[in-house]
Amino acid sequence: MLLLVQYTLIFASVLLLVALGGCFAEHSGVINLGLEGIMVIGALGGALMMRYAPAGIPAFALILLVLLCAIGFGLLYSSLLAVAAINFKADQTIVGTALNMLGTAAATVIVKAINTAANPDDVSSTIQYVNQKKAFIINIGSFQFNWFMVIAVIALIIAYVTLYKTKFGLRMMACGEHPQAAASVGINVLKMRWAGVLISGVYGGLGGICYILAGVSEWKFENGVAGFGFLALAVMIFGQWKPQRIALAALLFGLFRALSNVYTGFDLLAALNIPGTVYNMMPYIVSLVVLAFTSKSSRAPKAEGIPYDKSMR
Amino acid sequence: MDNPYVIEMLHITKRFPGIIANDDITLQLRRGEIHALLGENGAGKSTLMSVLFGMYQPEEGEIRKDGKKVAINNPNDANDLGIGMVHQHFKLVECFSVLDNIIMGVEPNRFGFLQKKEAREKVLALSEKYGLRVDPDALIEDITVGMQQRTEILKMLYRENEILIFDEPTAVLTPQEIDELMQIMKNLAAEGKSILFISHKLAEIMAVADRCTVLRKGKYIGTVETKNTTMEELSAMMVGRNVNFHVEKKPAEPGEVILDIEHMTVASKVHKNNAVKDVSLKVRAGEIVCLAGIDGNGQTEFVYGLTGLEPLVSGKVTLLGQDITRASIRYRSTHGMSHIPEDRHKHGLVLDYTLEDNIVLERYFEPEFTNSMGFLRRDNIRSYAERLIDEYDIRSGQGPITIARSMSGGNQQKAIIAREIDKNPELLVAVQPTRGLDVGAIEGVHRQLVAQRDAGKAVLLVSLELDEVMDVPDRILVMYEGEIVGELDPKQTTQEELGLYMAGAKRDEVKA
Repeated sequence: MLLLVQYTLIFASVLLLVALGGCFAEHSGVINLGLEGIMVIGALGGALMMRYAPAGIPAFALILLVLLCAIGFGLLYSSLLAVAAINFKADQTIVGTALNMLGTAAATVIVKAINTAANPDDVSSTIQYVNQKKAFIINIGSFQFNWFMVIAVIALIIAYVTLYKTKFGLRMMACGEHPQAAASVGINVLKMRWAGVLISGVYGGLGGICYILAGVSEWKFENGVAGFGFLALAVMIFGQWKPQRIALAALLFGLFRALSNVYTGFDLLAALNIPGTVYNMMPYIVSLVVLAFTSKSSRAPKAEGIPYDKSMR
Repeated sequence: MDNPYVIEMLHITKRFPGIIANDDITLQLRRGEIHALLGENGAGKSTLMSVLFGMYQPEEGEIRKDGKKVAINNPNDANDLGIGMVHQHFKLVECFSVLDNIIMGVEPNRFGFLQKKEAREKVLALSEKYGLRVDPDALIEDITVGMQQRTEILKMLYRENEILIFDEPTAVLTPQEIDELMQIMKNLAAEGKSILFISHKLAEIMAVADRCTVLRKGKYIGTVETKNTTMEELSAMMVGRNVNFHVEKKPAEPGEVILDIEHMTVASKVHKNNAVKDVSLKVRAGEIVCLAGIDGNGQTEFVYGLTGLEPLVSGKVTLLGQDITRASIRYRSTHGMSHIPEDRHKHGLVLDYTLEDNIVLERYFEPEFTNSMGFLRRDNIRSYAERLIDEYDIRSGQGPITIARSMSGGNQQKAIIAREIDKNPELLVAVQPTRGLDVGAIEGVHRQLVAQRDAGKAVLLVSLELDEVMDVPDRILVMYEGEIVGELDPKQTTQEELGLYMAGAKRDEVKA
């Protein structure tokens, strides 16, 4: 049971971080379908930092460096979306899809190159971080507390305050709803959209490193992040683009994802004798069902996905 | 020596490729006056205001504020000079509150955190001072158009703008709201604000403006004091010839019932409830019946139900004694019904087709235009299109092969009218047929409608324009929230009474 809580919380943290990232981008008016790719690249940044960080470094410094590296990679990678979608008015769906394909592919190539250079026989795309991972975890009894749970809560509070309590948030949301109105009161729509996309890069990168640190102590980059970027989009939609509701949605989806890891620990579930693959499918099936029923009443930012054109009314 | 002018635009010339949008235009706004800017569509009003707002840079001429030359390079410069504008299409974020919309861009804040309390007090004080009733916490999407407009006005006042531009502010309002707006504008002027009022409605200009500048085809025609002029003079200045405001027509001679609608109910696409509720009406040969009402009270859905674009929930439609409730759109079209649609781009034309193809859009399958093998008879289509272009004076760049998208709105509308009327229908359904047209073109459309009536056809006109509602039809039915709430005789009623029905303040039991 404790294990279920632990896994739920850590997966919910991943989903929360990434979904909040998507929420910022969409409130500024840009659909960020590339979250999956941003997560992979953010995870790559963090994993590389763990691999190359000097051995005796204090845990706190390691955490900080890994986070900064993941954030930096996510930020840089998301700027590709910003340039293409905002400055060149490219189709945001296509750019996002391209980022997803590029993300996993690029990470695989880079890690393979690094591994082969270190050992010519090693052609895997895996990075190991058995010892470094310990820095992120505190064992409280049999409960593994992960610092990312705190980070996710802080990220949630920051997102809520930024969107609803600051002038930056008010202006950014105006750009996602009615950019012409925003422009007419002197708000720079392009700048606000850049900000939204870059913030989504920060959150996405954090979510990526959080994801690969969640369960295992090595990561095979060929696998990408197993659709978590898309799951986060579902969480965002189910959460109606509102941070507090996104948090609840993330917990729900996190629970289903956690079940697939720990269902054998429950006598009742084990007795049902359902194949494990069914549990693995659960979060994705749930997201399909949930979106099918809620997307009709969903209220996305009105101007999302539409490149800003100042001559439009 | 005090300069009486707060803003002067002197000898402004703005060229676009192939066209001079503003040709040596001068506009001088006095402090504390209401100054109307009058002109038809395409006369250059919008361009001139865009220049004043810093959206465009003029090639020639200069702008002066309080006698000093200023450069306005973007909307922020205009705002800094105290120029504010209520756009024709409101610039409001629908899911934000009234308060958020007002403060957006000039938010009172401490270290970036919003201080809404101060803002609210200031907004309430302003709303009190100028009589602009708003609820600061209501969401824009939940409030009336009138209140949205007051929000826009408060936006300008909150920024302490001195020069207020109103771009066609009355187009979306009920008569009562228009009166209220006029009063607000007068109050603002009395408080020392200077107002530019863009309009093509002469009665409103005469009622509220002190002076009026007239533009025509990009040229400056003149500036007159409204108290020294008449509506006829202004319209002649605007159009360049005398316009007949009143549609000349003989008394109607209604014949047999052509269209009989019984208990029509149509579902709404937007809401869960029905948009048209149990509507019954009859239209006879030789009369024009007008369905009046404020936009969004079910007229669109009513027409969809009548023309077959949407299925009915319940009810019966009889055309020429034949039940067409479930008939296809083509069946209706080939059996006596013509439809001039509300949205000519969506339902009226295939914009990327040629003019000739658009003209035969409802008849291409007839033997005259398609041979027995199923191929189009291009030569017949061409000669038919040429005849209509000639008869209905449709002007376009390349005649029959002009792409519809490249034509002006007025000529697109003429093409639709030609197509629909030349079918020789028994019933003509004309939905906002003069929408977006200028005075001269409106006159032509009205004449066509009356000609149809005089030829013994039934005409059902759906209109939002008060002048049109009062002037063209023989009978007015007012629609409010999906129901017919009143039947009026245009010769007996007044605009005020009509307005009360349209706003739902008054209703009768109407029998079909």
